[in-house]
Amino acid sequence: MIGLAALLLALFNGRVAGISGIIGGGLRAPPDDLGWRLAFLAGLVLAPLIYRTTVGIIGPITVTSSSAILVLGGLLVGFGTRLGNGCTSGHGVCGIARLSPRSLAATAIFMLSAAATVFVLRHVIGG
Amino acid sequence: MALAAGIVFGLGLIVSQMVNPAKILNFLDVFGSWDPSLALVMVGAIPVAAAGYALTGRMRRPLAAPKFRLPQQTRLDRELLLGAALFGIGWGAVGYCPGPAIVSLGMGQPAAVPFVLAMLAGMGIYELVQLITRRKSISEA
Repeated sequence: MIGLAALLLALFNGRVAGISGIIGGGLRAPPDDLGWRLAFLAGLVLAPLIYRTTVGIIGPITVTSSSAILVLGGLLVGFGTRLGNGCTSGHGVCGIARLSPRSLAATAIFMLSAAATVFVLRHVIGG
Repeated sequence: MALAAGIVFGLGLIVSQMVNPAKILNFLDVFGSWDPSLALVMVGAIPVAAAGYALTGRMRRPLAAPKFRLPQQTRLDRELLLGAALFGIGWGAVGYCPGPAIVSLGMGQPAAVPFVLAMLAGMGIYELVQLITRRKSISEA
């Protein structure tokens, strides 16, 4: 479904389905470039409502992070995805699908640094 | 159509449980309670997306926009590598990446609120840094 969404956005809007770019690029996009971004983000926000009315209850969600970690993590994700030009969707799915060497490298790096962070938080500090 | 793409994308994140940070962290916890099943999300999504990009190669313009604006850069630079590393730290700390965080807002998940606000702030800080460094390079030139 994620692949299908990327395909739709490419065929109809000619854009990559990279969430961080759709949001972050919107911060300084000209007005005629805002519509599709807001429509896509509205779709993301509406998806849970549609899931709940058609499929049912959304499976269990567990968040263990403290508020401080949520804020710190959010800052790093926001800044990092803009500096690195992409996140899991833009680099990890769309970029690899387009065989972009930048995206292959970025995906390898964020997978490694994310796994290293989990390792440190869970087994070094939390262990 | 962007709205429909957003809905389909969001449903995909819900069905695949990408919206559950605990699931993400277990996927990343290679040396602990490793749950590799999320790799299937990428394995499933990439070929479908690739088919889409293959089709765009044969089209002169998108169906609903004047032209294609797909990324053109190919050079690996310091910004890309550093940015990806920082993003990974944030992702590994919480288990939210941007898409699932936005969908979680729509689910009414309280933890998503501070995360998304901080994420927007992080993006804003990036824009500010860009603005300042650009101004500096102009005044130095």
